[in-house]
Amino acid sequence: MRAILTTIGKDQVGIIAGVSNFLAENKINILDVSQTIMDGYFTMMMMVEIRNENLDFVALTQQLDELGKKLGVEIKIRRAEIYHAMHQL
Amino acid sequence: METEKIIETIHMISDEKLDVRTITMGISLLDCIDSNSERACERIYHKIMTKAKNLVKVGQQLEAEYGIPIINKRISVTPISIVAAACKDHDYFKYAQTLDRAAKDLGVNFIGGFSALVQKGYQSGDLRLIHSLPQVLSETDLVCASVNVGSTRSGINMDAVAQMGKVIKEAAERSFMSNTKMVVFCNAVEDNPFMAGAFHGVGEKDVVINVGVSGPGVVKHALEKVKGEPLDVVAETIKKTAFKVTRMGQLIGSLAAKRLNVPFGIVDLSLAPTPAVGDSVAEILEEIGLETVGTHGTTAALALLNDAVKKGGIMACNHVGGLSGAFIPVSEDAGMIAAAKSGTLNVEKLEAMTAVCSVGLDMIAIPGDTPAETISAMIADEAAIGMINNKTTAVRVLPIKGKKVGDVAEFGGLLGHAPIMAVNSASSAAMISRGGLIPAPIHSFKN
Repeated sequence: MRAILTTIGKDQVGIIAGVSNFLAENKINILDVSQTIMDGYFTMMMMVEIRNENLDFVALTQQLDELGKKLGVEIKIRRAEIYHAMHQL
Repeated sequence: METEKIIETIHMISDEKLDVRTITMGISLLDCIDSNSERACERIYHKIMTKAKNLVKVGQQLEAEYGIPIINKRISVTPISIVAAACKDHDYFKYAQTLDRAAKDLGVNFIGGFSALVQKGYQSGDLRLIHSLPQVLSETDLVCASVNVGSTRSGINMDAVAQMGKVIKEAAERSFMSNTKMVVFCNAVEDNPFMAGAFHGVGEKDVVINVGVSGPGVVKHALEKVKGEPLDVVAETIKKTAFKVTRMGQLIGSLAAKRLNVPFGIVDLSLAPTPAVGDSVAEILEEIGLETVGTHGTTAALALLNDAVKKGGIMACNHVGGLSGAFIPVSEDAGMIAAAKSGTLNVEKLEAMTAVCSVGLDMIAIPGDTPAETISAMIADEAAIGMINNKTTAVRVLPIKGKKVGDVAEFGGLLGHAPIMAVNSASSAAMISRGGLIPAPIHSFKN
């Protein structure tokens, strides 16, 4: 399944490294990355692919919350269909 | 996917309180009917537990995967007056206890369908169900009830209207929370996912998933960007926003239905407020340009809002149903509460508003000493608006024992709090005591 991982917060050293390491450890493949500073906030979008269809999403979101706290940013992951559904006919 | 669109969705969910208000599983209980009520209740419990076994789990999974809050997981069932009519029990409390137990064992938020449809008259089960209402509402926790007293096709059953005034008073005597779980309808719909009025109509499939979306905060935020623009721009902005909100509902609903292996029914295009600031229908009306909701212009603004929500939502999903429109419950909407406290919003204006939106006099706290006949007359007025305008109207008024105008009733959670509002003190008793049937209006004869 494809999902979009968003990381938003105050810019500092190690955000991309922290997020990428976590994804690598969990065998989540990054397909596309974009990163910008929006309204003064570090804003990163990643399109990722999760091969393990049985992955426990509840646990994954909790782990990302914890990682976000550590890095001082907010990390959210959502399956990509929700964005397509809301913005594309 | 453009970054901007992704950010917009994230803002809608995290800052503007976009959510799926409810995933409601409708379950037919027609195959549980038995002349022995013990056996019927056993079958009801078994069927609900089997069909809705994974409802809460699937809801939680979808919340995690799509990052969208699903506030309520609910069940609606066939009106119990029909299911229980074959048994000889004097009251149907046992059936309500069964529903309550199943809802608790499954972990759902509410179960609706302790209902009777009496728009043209009573059948044996209807009377027994209505007699059970005060006990059921005060002694069960999760069971929601509704009674349909009128329809455009059949007129208004004024005997039932008179009786429901008394039932509401008696239920209020037992517990001030009782009436938060009961709605008196005209033109009740059979696929409504929202409580307290949800029941599973006899024309529906055996089991079905219906979804109710919400998002007053998203609409308000979108309107902040078109300040001062003409009202057709306002309508267009609401339409576009409603489209996005509804598409999300359609996606989540169809996924839930697929995972539960149940057909997907309808999306109810609603703007349902919560007591949280920024999640209010009143605030949208004020954003359109009213100093306070309830002032002149409120009905027009609400008519525009209600219509634009439907136009935007209708193309976004396969099947639209339920109540579909803006809800205006007083206690559940921070802006309505403030306007009622300040005196700008009164019951008369709320009644006018119900002529152009999806529901009726909803979650309105009134003085505890309001006569039953006055409550019946309020129901009759609302039913008349629904009957003549071919729309659903509902009454959920809450007489609060020992409280007077200006006091506040606290319900807690999503039900919020409400100032006690004044009702007209002149008597309607002689009209209500006449009983009978108000005939169906001329424009109902369309065949």
